[in-house]
Amino acid sequence: MEAIIQQFFNLDIMARALPLVLAGLRQTLLLCFIVIPLGLVGGLVFALASLSSSRTVRWSMIAAIDFFRAVPPLVLLIFVYSGLPFAGIRLSPLTAVAVAFFLNTSSYYGEIYRAGIESVGRGQWDAARSTGLSAVSTLSHVVLPQAVRNVLPDLVSNTVEVVKLTSIASVVALPELLYSADMARSVTFNASPIVLAAAIYLVMLWPVVRLISRLERRMAS
Amino acid sequence: MNDWSRFVEAFFKSNLIEQYLPSILQGVVTTIEIALAVVVTGLAFGLALAVVRSFEIRPLNVLIIILVDILRALPPLVIVLIVYFGLPNVGVSIPSFAVLWLVLSLVLAAFAEEIFWAGILSVPKGQWEAARSTGLSFLGTLGYIVLPQAVRLTVPPITNRTVAITKNTALGTVIGVPEILNQATTAQSFSGNATPLMMGALAYIILFIPVVALGRYLETRFAWRRN
Repeated sequence: MEAIIQQFFNLDIMARALPLVLAGLRQTLLLCFIVIPLGLVGGLVFALASLSSSRTVRWSMIAAIDFFRAVPPLVLLIFVYSGLPFAGIRLSPLTAVAVAFFLNTSSYYGEIYRAGIESVGRGQWDAARSTGLSAVSTLSHVVLPQAVRNVLPDLVSNTVEVVKLTSIASVVALPELLYSADMARSVTFNASPIVLAAAIYLVMLWPVVRLISRLERRMAS
Repeated sequence: MNDWSRFVEAFFKSNLIEQYLPSILQGVVTTIEIALAVVVTGLAFGLALAVVRSFEIRPLNVLIIILVDILRALPPLVIVLIVYFGLPNVGVSIPSFAVLWLVLSLVLAAFAEEIFWAGILSVPKGQWEAARSTGLSFLGTLGYIVLPQAVRLTVPPITNRTVAITKNTALGTVIGVPEILNQATTAQSFSGNATPLMMGALAYIILFIPVVALGRYLETRFAWRRN
């Protein structure tokens, strides 16, 4: 028991690691503020393209979405970060993460938006257009608000996944929360800094996870 | 040398493909083994948790909910690192592939429990009452009446979640599990060429495109939530 506390919940080591871990948290938050909006906007574009009336656009978009959902995000990230330099494209860790996550998260968000847009009846679209609303206003004032409401639990749940995903940026040495905690672990030979990072993730995400469960239950009933 | 042949040289160099194909294939086998193990234990444990939860024993349910919430809120890589680096220092040493299998199984079980539980809740109360009134026991009702209907409803979300979590076998590369990504990055650093990385990425695509497509098909087929 004593050994477990020493190894996982060592407050002394946690206190020493705290400044480094908090600096990592700042990077994680910065990453989230870049990656989540990019994904939300990219996902909308992906969704609209996958609902296009042109068959070629529609099928190539669906193929692209399935492609990026089939490749593990870590593989995509390593490919972008250490594969692309061989093609003469050298990206900083932050840019590599932004590009890889954009492709991955846009695909997931895209599928969710698409399900939402499909859940809004075609009649809504036709009715709005017949009142003289332009296609863009129909989309933004009539279809999307209903679509987003219908898939809200999935959107929130995917956003949690994106925040969790930022932890793999540690693999390309981007000094985010997990990377900083792991640095502290490797100098202290003690897992407590990572437990501290885990606690921070929990504080950020547990309320959202609870919220998702409640939203899902409300949608089901 | 023009751009195209330079590209082929960097990403599809034929002698490197030949040289590293065996190790990439070995990685494929490892990935498949771990993925299958994770799917079996994760789904079984998740279903077991959902069944236990349906007994409505309050202290037990609180424990399940806390466990499931924690596993849903933490990035899998964080859990992997805690288990991998923490346990040896308290005298428990388990091989890295077992760490990966254990952690991913727990994460999948947590998500599966939530989905199965939602499925069980979605079966109308009247089904329970009718079955119980014919003399079926609680377990009989659960096993023969409720679960078959509940599980059918959960097929599409379970499939998608399972695919998303088994893709995390790539995280094994961080702790040295010799799966596809690990073999590919090792070969890349030996050869100084991106061909092995391209092979690894292709291997994942060949493995996972069919299951992603299956998930898409099941989603339209079962249309969860919409009826």
